[in-house]
Amino acid sequence: MESPGIVLAFFALSGVTVMSALLVFVARNLLHALAFLVLSFLGMAGLFLTLSADFIGIAQILIYAGSISVLMVFAVMLTPLASRNNGSTLYVIPALLAAGGLSSIIGFIAIDTEWDERKGDALAKSDFTTTIAGIGDLLLGRYLLAFEVASVLLLFALLGAIVLVQERRRAGEGA
Amino acid sequence: MPPIPAIQDLSITLAHYIGLSGTVFAIGALIALSKRNAVAVLMGIELMLNAVNLTVLAFSRFSAAFDKTGSAPLEGHVFVVFVLTVAAAEAAVALAMAVLVYRRRETVDLDRVNLMRW
Repeated sequence: MESPGIVLAFFALSGVTVMSALLVFVARNLLHALAFLVLSFLGMAGLFLTLSADFIGIAQILIYAGSISVLMVFAVMLTPLASRNNGSTLYVIPALLAAGGLSSIIGFIAIDTEWDERKGDALAKSDFTTTIAGIGDLLLGRYLLAFEVASVLLLFALLGAIVLVQERRRAGEGA
Repeated sequence: MPPIPAIQDLSITLAHYIGLSGTVFAIGALIALSKRNAVAVLMGIELMLNAVNLTVLAFSRFSAAFDKTGSAPLEGHVFVVFVLTVAAAEAAVALAMAVLVYRRRETVDLDRVNLMRW
């Protein structure tokens, strides 16, 4: 993790991610906030790639930047009379204090702890060449039960979303 | 690429990733706690999930050299796959609930959706 490319990529991508996450908070229009959220997801996908997590990086772009943001656009468009402004409630001051405290505590712990992680050549030697085959082995091997439960969860989420937003016809109006 | 002196002696460590992830998590928590619109609250929750994914992947990468068997320790990646799945399911159900609340109340303002029945 000492090569200039990785260092530059880390700082550029973390700048993009944090700035666009802040702009999600600051933006006045809900759709603008959504666009900045997509930018933040893309920056995060780039950060995953710097950790040589190729499969997760691509899945992040597909699932977060692709489908979840489209779902959110749908939710905004399906609620046309609701206000589009991205206003805050009265809790913004305590929330700011809590968020500032949280990030400074985590930052302090991150700097203060001796992580004893591998550095330099040992780290470079253990670079993942590809992660896809290993993830597939683990998903269909040791974590097979969790994999199946996740598929059932997705099925029920699909059914639940359909049942929730279905237009219910009153009795007597016919089928 | 010619050596650039300013970044030549910099090295990205685990602490960098954890600090960044803590910052993004705090911004997500700030959005989720303070926004008025239900969809904006969901955006904050997704940012928090993303920050946690970054932490898990960073630990997976920086502990890779400790693995004795020589195979890549990808448990962290598998965990992130499950987090992605649950996040997608949760977003679908939460947005369906937002649309449902809008249909009954014509608002998704969380200050005005404060009754358990209506």
